[in-house]
Amino acid sequence: MARAVTNQRKALNTVIAWSIGFLIFFPILWTILTSFKTEADAIANPPIFLGFDWTLENYAEVMDRSNYARFLSNSILIAGGSTILGIIIAIPAAWSMAFVPSRRTKDILLWMLSTKMLPAVGVLYPIYLLCIQLGVLDNRFALVVILMLINLPIIVWMLYTYFREIPGEILEASRMDGASLKEEILYVLTPMAVPGIASTLLLNFILAWNEAFWTLNLTSVDAAPLTAFIASYSSPEGLFFAKLSAASTMAIAPILILGWFSQKQLVRGLTFGAVK
Amino acid sequence: MKMVSRALMGATALCAISGMALADGHATTITIATVNNGDMIRMQGYTDQFTEDTGISVEWVTLEENVLRQRVTTDITTNGGQFDIMTIGMYETPIWGANGWLVPLDGLSEEYNVDDILPAMAGGLSHDGTLYAAPFYGESSMVMYRTDLMEAAGLEMPDAPTWEFIAEAAAAMTDRENDVNGICLRGKPGWGEGGAFITAMSNSFGARWFDEDWNAQFDTEEWANTLNFYNDMMQASGPAGFATNGFTENLNLFNQGLCGMWIDATVAASFVTNPDDSEYADSVGFALAPDNGLGRRSNWLWAWALAIPAGTQQEEAAMTFLEWATSTDYIEMVAANEGWANVPPGARISLYENPDYQAVPFAQMTLDSILSADPNNPTVDPVPYVGVQFAAIPEFAGIATEVSQEFSAAYAGQQTIEEALATAQAITNEAMEAAGYR
Repeated sequence: MARAVTNQRKALNTVIAWSIGFLIFFPILWTILTSFKTEADAIANPPIFLGFDWTLENYAEVMDRSNYARFLSNSILIAGGSTILGIIIAIPAAWSMAFVPSRRTKDILLWMLSTKMLPAVGVLYPIYLLCIQLGVLDNRFALVVILMLINLPIIVWMLYTYFREIPGEILEASRMDGASLKEEILYVLTPMAVPGIASTLLLNFILAWNEAFWTLNLTSVDAAPLTAFIASYSSPEGLFFAKLSAASTMAIAPILILGWFSQKQLVRGLTFGAVK
Repeated sequence: MKMVSRALMGATALCAISGMALADGHATTITIATVNNGDMIRMQGYTDQFTEDTGISVEWVTLEENVLRQRVTTDITTNGGQFDIMTIGMYETPIWGANGWLVPLDGLSEEYNVDDILPAMAGGLSHDGTLYAAPFYGESSMVMYRTDLMEAAGLEMPDAPTWEFIAEAAAAMTDRENDVNGICLRGKPGWGEGGAFITAMSNSFGARWFDEDWNAQFDTEEWANTLNFYNDMMQASGPAGFATNGFTENLNLFNQGLCGMWIDATVAASFVTNPDDSEYADSVGFALAPDNGLGRRSNWLWAWALAIPAGTQQEEAAMTFLEWATSTDYIEMVAANEGWANVPPGARISLYENPDYQAVPFAQMTLDSILSADPNNPTVDPVPYVGVQFAAIPEFAGIATEVSQEFSAAYAGQQTIEEALATAQAITNEAMEAAGYR
């Protein structure tokens, strides 16, 4: 019998949940608020929460100084391209691991994940030299491939976990009905795993959007995404907190909007198979 | 279905924005890597003027100092060819020049008047007498202090104070009840942060990084005196958490009226005297960095300079920009538009001979500070290296960052000064042995 939840308890849970949510969101809120302050107000002591003279001067200066549209388009192309390419490669890989596992499947999965443990700077020079040799420094396609390779272990792991929740008998039945391997993956498996694939897509898009080591080191002008845009406003000498906050707000706004619209899908995918 | 249409609408909007990026149609384009600070940003604002005059367009890659250093080092050591001009400092220039990675600046035009560059700057940006980078602006370090608090403490700041006076004044100006700290100094780990400050300070205490045979000197009394003096003064009169404070943190504290004195880069003078940034802008005085009567002051010497990497495909265009940006004409253009207080300081002799610039309150003290630093003879006892707050060898940045981490841990009370110095001695000797110096 389900336990009755009192209104008081519900209200308490709501308050606690909102408090935790606010606490987590506070740094982003503070960044957004700082972006509307003058540099003097940005460093005021004690800090001013809302009672400051609101200004759009920082946004005007950032727009004047930087080609925001170019940084944004690069971020969209690089994050979107690497995520789609990763999914195309990972679906067949995760299918084989989930439905036709070998004795070494678990080892391969662990090995794939172990590549994430290598500090990126350890392979900076080899990758940089490779890019020079291939003539793809400051090239969007090169970054699409590199970010796809970086995130591939996570994509495979996530899809593998979702695919494992799908009964193999359904795929067997499709085979008995004469479905080819391609049809089995495309028309039977993929539609059933849409929530999982969608959340994998979104999570990897966010990871690729925020990637700031390779995108800073392998780009200069043509392929520089929003991470380079933010980095150009960070300074150890000078008072640029308000302008840095404006640049940060502009960089995170697209991903915040995307996350807001797709939160239902994201939560559904992330909790897929969590409760049976 | 609703979800899909929403996603499609979002994707269409994002693609529309991404399509707004416009292609550039200029014939010659140079790419410049630079740091994000006031003078460099100002220079970017005049790029259109340069393009109009020369037909050469400019792409800027602006990065935070440490990221820039990593980025340009990777590019130049691999001959990546990503940049036609790099903004580098006094540490990199002699090393990179010696390695043949930079275009020597021996073909500068007559109008450029290379002899007008301050000798201290030209010396620090040269290798074997050849200039490899043109200084855009130069800086030293000096004492910035609150004249009202100094007066209230019943003291008068001399033009050339001693460390003893600074410690005494710091104690007198400290007002814990009102959160006013007598003195704010860098303690943050990093060779260019707290490492730079303590190395420059150690010079005035007679300490040095290496003896003439490249043996580390952290086991000497001079180093113990430096660190103990710094730590005792900061514990008594410095802000809480000073072990993690760098330039920006101290600038914020000073502009909020929470520091009586601040010893840091001369370039900060324009920030602390700017009424838009600080309500105490009218109550700031300047003095030379302190000494101990040993013939060396505790100020450093630094320049942000423009250099052309060897192998660039746009050497001629890059040289044209370099001459334009570091010329006296550029200084005059900035002065005409934004006032003399905003011109890039510390690079040209003629700037300090200009009566208009002499009227700027911090101009003379900046020049005196720069002139009192000698990168070729930075210490009381002789050393085998060049550089005031660094040793111009490739290994220094890595070693000094580790050493400064040990020092910061001692300031934070995680270990004693003696332990920090012993570890610094071991780290440095080990690294120098591995690098083949010993």
